[in-house]
Amino acid sequence: MIAVLIFVMTFAALLQFCVFYCRSLIAAYRKVELSDQVREVTGIESEIVGGDEFDRLVQLVHLCPQRNDEGMGIQAVGAYYHLLNVLRGALRPVAPGLAGWAERERQNCSYFAAVALDRRIAYSRDLLEQQMADHA
Amino acid sequence: MLGPFDYVVWCLGFFAEVYVVVWALKHRIFSRYLTLNLYMLSAALVTVGEFFIMRWYGFTSIQYKYFYYYTDCLTTVLLYFAVMGLYGHVFREMGASKHVRRATVLLLFITACFSYVVVARNQHNLTNRFVLELAQNLYFVGVVLSYLLWAAVMKLRETRVRLIQLVLALGIYFSAFAATYALRNLFPGFGLLKVVPPLVATWLPLAWAYTFTRIPEEARLATAHLVARPR
Repeated sequence: MIAVLIFVMTFAALLQFCVFYCRSLIAAYRKVELSDQVREVTGIESEIVGGDEFDRLVQLVHLCPQRNDEGMGIQAVGAYYHLLNVLRGALRPVAPGLAGWAERERQNCSYFAAVALDRRIAYSRDLLEQQMADHA
Repeated sequence: MLGPFDYVVWCLGFFAEVYVVVWALKHRIFSRYLTLNLYMLSAALVTVGEFFIMRWYGFTSIQYKYFYYYTDCLTTVLLYFAVMGLYGHVFREMGASKHVRRATVLLLFITACFSYVVVARNQHNLTNRFVLELAQNLYFVGVVLSYLLWAAVMKLRETRVRLIQLVLALGIYFSAFAATYALRNLFPGFGLLKVVPPLVATWLPLAWAYTFTRIPEEARLATAHLVARPR
């Protein structure tokens, strides 16, 4: 009985901590402006990035050379995004307000991926410049 | 017998633990996050100890099991001090560090008394089930402590992103472990659950390594942005 109680309480706490953690990762990226270069590459024109763009943006991120320290953040937000997909699908018929919130969260996840792509492109450019300088 | 996946998870956790300590030393923040770094250092040493015990006695040996579960309990108690260290950071501006120190000593005393009573009552019955129950209870206390810490962060409107992420990563770690041990307690024969603890164990060093590396000390964030509010 105690084990059941502990499981229920800790699982609820785990979900809450995970959501807050992912939101803290996303919020830190939300302050960053997207560069013109990444807008040109991805075709993003407005400030809001579509929720369905996430997978495409992550694929583009994986095409760029990896920075050592940001893979974990992308993994965590990716897991959060997939959880939101499930939630949105399940809540749409019963609670449209919550489904709308899930959609806005998906858009924030996509913005996170766009910023990550921006950073990777900048990193690739730096690498290229460094190599060209070494050869010169 | 351990497979390549187990070794990869093991190495990942170990290198992340060492990385956190080395990074903290290099950037001269070892003493600022002293309890966190001491925990990481001890976790790395325990990993080395586990490796040698496994080499000498084998993965399925009783020596390895005892070493694994009892060092796990000891490092969990050490992690309580890391939580108290984070309490110290959160309450520093309120000048409450003296109270935090007193609470730390009290917590150590209560944990020691609790462990003594539990072990004394079960000294003829130190089975796997007992160890699982003890670990489950210790991690549950950790969940409660980190939940209270998170409530304090929200209440005091803490804005330091690094601190927020350190606390949340700790909350995920404690709650994932407590949930896993509770499930193992409920379903002792379910082998898949034995795979989860090593994976969860790599979470904390990886998350802290990410936070220290990516989030600058001066980064700020309003905690109100983290609360989900459906419109």
